[in-house]
Amino acid sequence: MHIRLHTLNQSIRFILIQNRAGKTRLAKWYMQFDDDEKQKLIEEVHAVVTVRDAKHTNFVEFRNFKIIYRRYAGLYFCICVDVTDNNLAYLEGIHNFVEVLNEYFHNVCELDLVFNFYKVYTVVDEMFLAGEIRETSQTKVLKQLLMLQSLE
Amino acid sequence: MPAVSKGDGMRGLAVFISDIRNCKSKEAEIKRINKELANIRSKFKGDKALDGYSKKKYVCKLLFIFLLGHDIDFGHMEAVNLLSSNKYTEKQIGYLFISVLVNSNSELIRLINNAIKNDLSSRNPTFMCLALHCIANVGSREMAEAFAGEIPRILVAGDTMDSVKQSAALCLLRLYKASPDLVLMGEWTSRVVHLLNDQHMGVVTAAISLITCLSSKNPDEFKTCVSLAVSRLSRIVSSASTDLQDYTYYFVPAPWLSCKLLRLLQCYPPPEDGAVKGRLVECLETILNKAQEPPKSKKVQHSNAKNAILFEAISLIIHYDSEPNLLVRACNQLGQFLQHRETNLRYLALESMCTLASSEFSHEAVKTHIETVINALKTERDVSVRQRAADLLYAMCDRSNAKQIVAEMLSYLETADYSIREEMVLKVAILAEKYAVDYSWYVDTILNLIRIAGDYVSEEVWYRVIQIVINRDDVQGYAAKTVFEALQAPACHENMVKVGGYILGEFGNLIAGDPRSSPLVQFNLLHSKFHLCSVPTRALLLSAYIKFINLFPETKATIQEVLRSDSQIRNSDVELQQRAVEYLKLSSIASTDVLATVLEEMPPFPERESSILAKLKKKKGPGAVSVELEDGKERGELNGGGDRGGDAAIAASNASTPSPSADLLGLRSTAPASGATPSAGSLLVDVFSEAGPSATSAGVNDDGFLRFVCKNNGVLFENQLLQIGIKSEYRQNLGRMYLFYGNKTSVQFVSFNTTVSCPGELFRSTKTVEPLVEGGAQVQQVINIECLTDFIDAPLLNIKFRYGGALQNISLKLPVTINKFFQPTEMAAADFFQRWKQLSQPQQEAQKIFKASHGMDTEVLKAKLLGLGTALLENVDPNPENYVCAGVIQTKAQQVGCLLRLEPNAQAQMYRLTLRSSKDTVSQRVCDLLAEQF
Repeated sequence: MHIRLHTLNQSIRFILIQNRAGKTRLAKWYMQFDDDEKQKLIEEVHAVVTVRDAKHTNFVEFRNFKIIYRRYAGLYFCICVDVTDNNLAYLEGIHNFVEVLNEYFHNVCELDLVFNFYKVYTVVDEMFLAGEIRETSQTKVLKQLLMLQSLE
Repeated sequence: MPAVSKGDGMRGLAVFISDIRNCKSKEAEIKRINKELANIRSKFKGDKALDGYSKKKYVCKLLFIFLLGHDIDFGHMEAVNLLSSNKYTEKQIGYLFISVLVNSNSELIRLINNAIKNDLSSRNPTFMCLALHCIANVGSREMAEAFAGEIPRILVAGDTMDSVKQSAALCLLRLYKASPDLVLMGEWTSRVVHLLNDQHMGVVTAAISLITCLSSKNPDEFKTCVSLAVSRLSRIVSSASTDLQDYTYYFVPAPWLSCKLLRLLQCYPPPEDGAVKGRLVECLETILNKAQEPPKSKKVQHSNAKNAILFEAISLIIHYDSEPNLLVRACNQLGQFLQHRETNLRYLALESMCTLASSEFSHEAVKTHIETVINALKTERDVSVRQRAADLLYAMCDRSNAKQIVAEMLSYLETADYSIREEMVLKVAILAEKYAVDYSWYVDTILNLIRIAGDYVSEEVWYRVIQIVINRDDVQGYAAKTVFEALQAPACHENMVKVGGYILGEFGNLIAGDPRSSPLVQFNLLHSKFHLCSVPTRALLLSAYIKFINLFPETKATIQEVLRSDSQIRNSDVELQQRAVEYLKLSSIASTDVLATVLEEMPPFPERESSILAKLKKKKGPGAVSVELEDGKERGELNGGGDRGGDAAIAASNASTPSPSADLLGLRSTAPASGATPSAGSLLVDVFSEAGPSATSAGVNDDGFLRFVCKNNGVLFENQLLQIGIKSEYRQNLGRMYLFYGNKTSVQFVSFNTTVSCPGELFRSTKTVEPLVEGGAQVQQVINIECLTDFIDAPLLNIKFRYGGALQNISLKLPVTINKFFQPTEMAAADFFQRWKQLSQPQQEAQKIFKASHGMDTEVLKAKLLGLGTALLENVDPNPENYVCAGVIQTKAQQVGCLLRLEPNAQAQMYRLTLRSSKDTVSQRVCDLLAEQF
């Protein structure tokens, strides 16, 4: 029997929200990359994800990692995790996050993410921190966001 | 529920974003941005003090501009100022700016840390969370130094708010991953573990990530988490779907937390406590049962959440690998998924089954699904699913089904996606070799491979078939006959010509009795392909021709004629020309005896790990290829034996840019190393010693490795392009290694990238190097190493870069050996012998008697023993010719005392080396390492 070492690694390497044209609507990095590398990753992820059709899996191998992604209208929500991480848990992690955004922005659309980019970061930090899932309860997250919204 | 309108709060920002969106061209956008930057700059520089709102607005605009991809070189100070605002929205923008545009400007870091400190002690949970999120996002060493002591206190304090605890737990995790030396859990350990019992599920969800990470590094200290995790899991699994309210997701209670709990348990062996184990098995059974229940919702979210838990539970079952009943149930469940309409589930089932296939309990159960998996390989639309199917076929392959699986894979290869062909070829080649009962089947399979997918048959594969044919005389005649037939095809792949040339050159005589394959027919057949081939293949064919002259004197005149023709002897390629000239000369002046010696049949290759297996492992990364882990013994039949073999040809076979001389299959390096034909060997060295630089090898190079057992600094590796120097220092169980990569050329290396993979017993952190190395420049990389427990395997360093367009790939063993963690121990003779006697159990001792391979000079011996890291004890051994040493090996897990005695016998030029230590693996390892040094 082996003691698994993958847990030493960080789970989420980055979260990306991109539209079909490849414009980034959110990039949250949990690993050190320099700016050029980030740009390259963004382009590669876009290239890898947009060619897949709906019948394909929501997972795709990516360098030494894998991308778990789901498409909502024109937006791709992508999470890059370790190959040993739980695919379905992160797939539903994305959906949970999207449902929170949807409530918070009242039927969220791409423009909400553009104009309120600084708030999207707050939503992310409530739900994912240090590359890990921080909070999963939609009720709790929304209550907290409502409270923050009321502050000056 | 709150609704947020567009850019509420900051009108100016919304207007600016709209402006940018309305820009018709990139130029217009840049113009608008420059205008804004000028405006902001003037505001920041203006005499009038800005109010908090304006500052926030401008900093936020700067951030937006940065996120568009433009450089921002000012505004940091204003952002830092926002941190000390009392208003949440201003603080938030300040922290966000800092988190996104991390700046290591030391003066600012001090100010930022100050602001964080104030917020952490503010007792305002909102501000505390902002500060913690900033630390978690930046995670710099400076921050770890400033806050690693404070955060555990916040995490376990009784009056800390739940949301702050969640952030503190993950913040600490980030600091621990970045700077493990600075985060000392000691006194907090038990209180952190007890967060698993916290009433707030969100706190548990966050804390368990921290606990999992800490447990995987210090399993013993955190082992109480096992029973807590089991009881938490049990409560969740047995709860009704509505019990957990906020944490129920599409009728599934706490799916993410369940997954994390199951993952934490994978850091440990099965619980020893019977009650805990019973409860856990019950949980796992319940999870498996639930998979059979009708779904509570038709929504995919429901089934995904449920199956996320199921797959994690199956991972745990596989990890334990001790419950046959659960393993088989897991396998049956996955078998159902193999035919599910959801592609995701089919994919995950194939992936998960791959690991089940390697368990002795479930291997047979997995095999029953072979038809479904073959079908998946043929019909799945998503290439990644087909790839998993191929992986699974590979994993479930054994002697009973090898022929079927290899046949299916071969037929799939004809239509396989280009992206996976090379890997498929490797897999087929490995399975064919591993399960070959009769080697004619093996030869047929490999030749089929070349026929079907010749372009994807890498050098490793065809080198390997030649190696095997040379080593097994029962198959040589068959191989010669089969390649001869294969070469009859009007269009055959160049790899077939290479194999054919080599095999007929060695064993053509075995089929020469048949008039249909007489020597001249063989030669004409080979030579008919000559002009269609590349230079390396032609060079190989020339060598086959000279071998023909030796095998069949009757072909001499014909072949000499060919060698003498202008297209050979005046070939513009220097390698071909040289061969033609030398072979011609050799054939005309050497006597038949000399010729027979020089061109003798190749001696058997030393057996070692199959190069193709190594290549596949490299392709898939460690651990991804599950089969050979369990099959280590079986492999011994074909490729067993030591790995110190001299077949440099095979080691260098990954050559990405074949050098002019690499094509002879390393004739020159193999022959002398084998030692079987010394005279031939030395002759061949003479003939070929002028050969050009050898190609870049991607096989692991461990030449340098043993030279560093007794020293810490020097040149680890050098080739035509690159020199790697090494400097290392060790203290107790910690080490630091500086690697210096020197570009010896005048051209820059691009995409320069290094990775270090460590065995589990070592922990390391590495800073990445710049991807560009200018010509003549040297770059440095620092690797920090921590020895967790004693180990054998050294870390592997892989270097990849592009030089003038060609990808270079170098793998080296880093000279981190167990003796580096020695602390010398001085002791008197009486002490030494007393301890020596205490360590008298047979397994505590390792001994080797070996011949001196260097001079036996006293001073050199002493220097080496001191370099080993032990104390050299004078006047201890009654025989003054002998050496005795003592030291303690420091690992994180334990200290291992170690005694050494080296007895030289100058007359016989021999040594006897004896090691005794409290741990058998250590004695053996140190003995093995040291025996190579004298």
